[in-house]
Amino acid sequence: MAHQTDKINQHIVPLKTNLIVFAALMGLLILTVVADLVPLGGFNLIIALTIAIAKALLIMLYFMHVRFSSRLVWVFAGAAFLWLGILMTTLGDYMTRTWLAGPGSL
Amino acid sequence: MSVTTAAGPRHGDYLSINYTIRSWFLTTDHKRIGVLYTITLTFLFLLGGAAATLIRLELVTPAGDLVTSEAYNKLFSLHGIIMVWFFLVPSIPTTLGNFLIPMMIGARDMAFPRLNLASWYVFLLGSLFVAAVVILGGVDTGWTFYTPYSSVYANTFVMATAAGIFITGFSSIFTGLNIIITVHKMRAPGLNWFRLPLFVWSLYATSLIIVLATPVLAIALLLIGLERLLGVGIFDPALGGDPLLFQHLFWFYSHPAVYIMILPGMGVTSELITCFSRKQIFGYTFVAFSSLAIAILGFLVWGHHMFVAGQSMYGGMIFSLLSYLVAIPSAVKVFNWTATLYKGSISFKTPMIYALSFIGLFTMGGLTGLFLAALPVDVQVHDTYFVVSHFHYIMVGGMVTAYLGGIHFWWPKITGKLYPEKISQLAALTLFLGFNLTFFPQYILGYMGMPRRYHAYPVEFQALNVLSTAGASILAVGYLLPIVYLLWSLRYGQNADDNPWKATGLEWQTSSPPITHNFEQTPTVTVGPYQYSPENPEEFTPQGGQHD
Repeated sequence: MAHQTDKINQHIVPLKTNLIVFAALMGLLILTVVADLVPLGGFNLIIALTIAIAKALLIMLYFMHVRFSSRLVWVFAGAAFLWLGILMTTLGDYMTRTWLAGPGSL
Repeated sequence: MSVTTAAGPRHGDYLSINYTIRSWFLTTDHKRIGVLYTITLTFLFLLGGAAATLIRLELVTPAGDLVTSEAYNKLFSLHGIIMVWFFLVPSIPTTLGNFLIPMMIGARDMAFPRLNLASWYVFLLGSLFVAAVVILGGVDTGWTFYTPYSSVYANTFVMATAAGIFITGFSSIFTGLNIIITVHKMRAPGLNWFRLPLFVWSLYATSLIIVLATPVLAIALLLIGLERLLGVGIFDPALGGDPLLFQHLFWFYSHPAVYIMILPGMGVTSELITCFSRKQIFGYTFVAFSSLAIAILGFLVWGHHMFVAGQSMYGGMIFSLLSYLVAIPSAVKVFNWTATLYKGSISFKTPMIYALSFIGLFTMGGLTGLFLAALPVDVQVHDTYFVVSHFHYIMVGGMVTAYLGGIHFWWPKITGKLYPEKISQLAALTLFLGFNLTFFPQYILGYMGMPRRYHAYPVEFQALNVLSTAGASILAVGYLLPIVYLLWSLRYGQNADDNPWKATGLEWQTSSPPITHNFEQTPTVTVGPYQYSPENPEEFTPQGGQHD
């Protein structure tokens, strides 16, 4: 019910969890640097983006407390990612500009 | 059953509880903040209107003889920047939205009252930047800030203006967040989502767009700053950038922003149409969900601004197709309003005249939007007066008309005073006439090929331009009259009843003007909105159980 006073999220993340997440983030940071040093062609970008998404998820879930929040917060957090995804479809313009001769072709 | 009681401004209401300036500038009362916003926006509207007046005067003659081309560039830039970011985007959410949302849902205030006041101060700060730009010499990029002109070549106050808009964006986000959380968390007992007034649905959808889209505009403006001030190559091809990237980022915000501007107007119209036809809204669920559909689909169409800008042909085709889709939920609303009128007991009070004007003008603006969504037609009329007329029909004919309709409808609640009906009806009709005379000739001008943003034009376009300017002078009367008689009514108007329109919403079940905390006791909602009876216009069932 809407009028119910929802319990404010009082979940306290243990220091140990925070430290583990921090260590994981630092590990992923090192992995990003190492992965960039290995020449894998187009896969370098995919690996870098995958690590970046993993880092962002850890921050959202633990440091921003989404993991311990209500479903509604999950929906809004998911929506923000969805919107970011829509913005990324801009890439479609760049990938298809040369497909057809016309004002848009480079 | 009638719930009207003799009343008027009474001791202890939100206006008379404290008269000090401090009590206004430090208020956290959503109603007072709504009033502060209304006053601020009125001044900004007049400033933007002054620029429009000079534009129309310049265009009376084919020669560029009133102002220089540089001054003309600054005039249309200023007009667009002020009207879009400092009037239309905040207009209804911050004024009527702030005032009404807590009252419509039976709450004492917004979820974050201090954030609400902060949003006004942040808005003021952003407005001061623009005021400074006006005094210092203006900006000439147009409201769209297209790169690389804005990021490299423009020799005017681009960064100061962009900073003002950047700051104002935070004010928008504060308001949007506040509305979303208020609607989620503070509804009165019994007020489930499908008992919410449609105004609340539309403001909720608007707030979603505000929160999701505004950061992208902030990023785009920040990137202009990076390129302009630090020479980082982002948009300038000479530095390895892509000018179209700016247009992508800009329109990713600014097209949804069109729906930030129009959705609240649709919400107001839904309230007015039901009340003055004394009928339940036709297809409540469809109208409610069409707001959300517009909010979502509005995010998928930004590329239709770039059909001839060099965007991929495939991108253009997809954006063209997607743009047609937005017409569906918009049409759902128009058809439902029309169906609501059918067999209603219609009265042509001033707010209703505005609401009917909204439907007509929005429909014309919307249908010409479909012309523009069609790729080949857009290639023909892109950057002509056809486009100018199209978006003015939506934003001015639609949104500003709905805003005025809403201001008149809730004026008795906001001020405790009645406005004079006859002159108000005359003003509403003047506005409708003046608007069409101003902007309909612009459709023809655009179709004939007159480009926008030029201060001189071939002589064959003069007759239509003179008509347009004549219409603008009538339109100006339509805008100035309400300012005069509404101010007059504050002192000389009759005291208003609590519910002069016999409306069903919770906001009408408290005093006019309301007490600081809105309700003596939290109302319990037992029925859906708009329980009117067209057979007996005096009969209605209010939403709350506080009165009988």
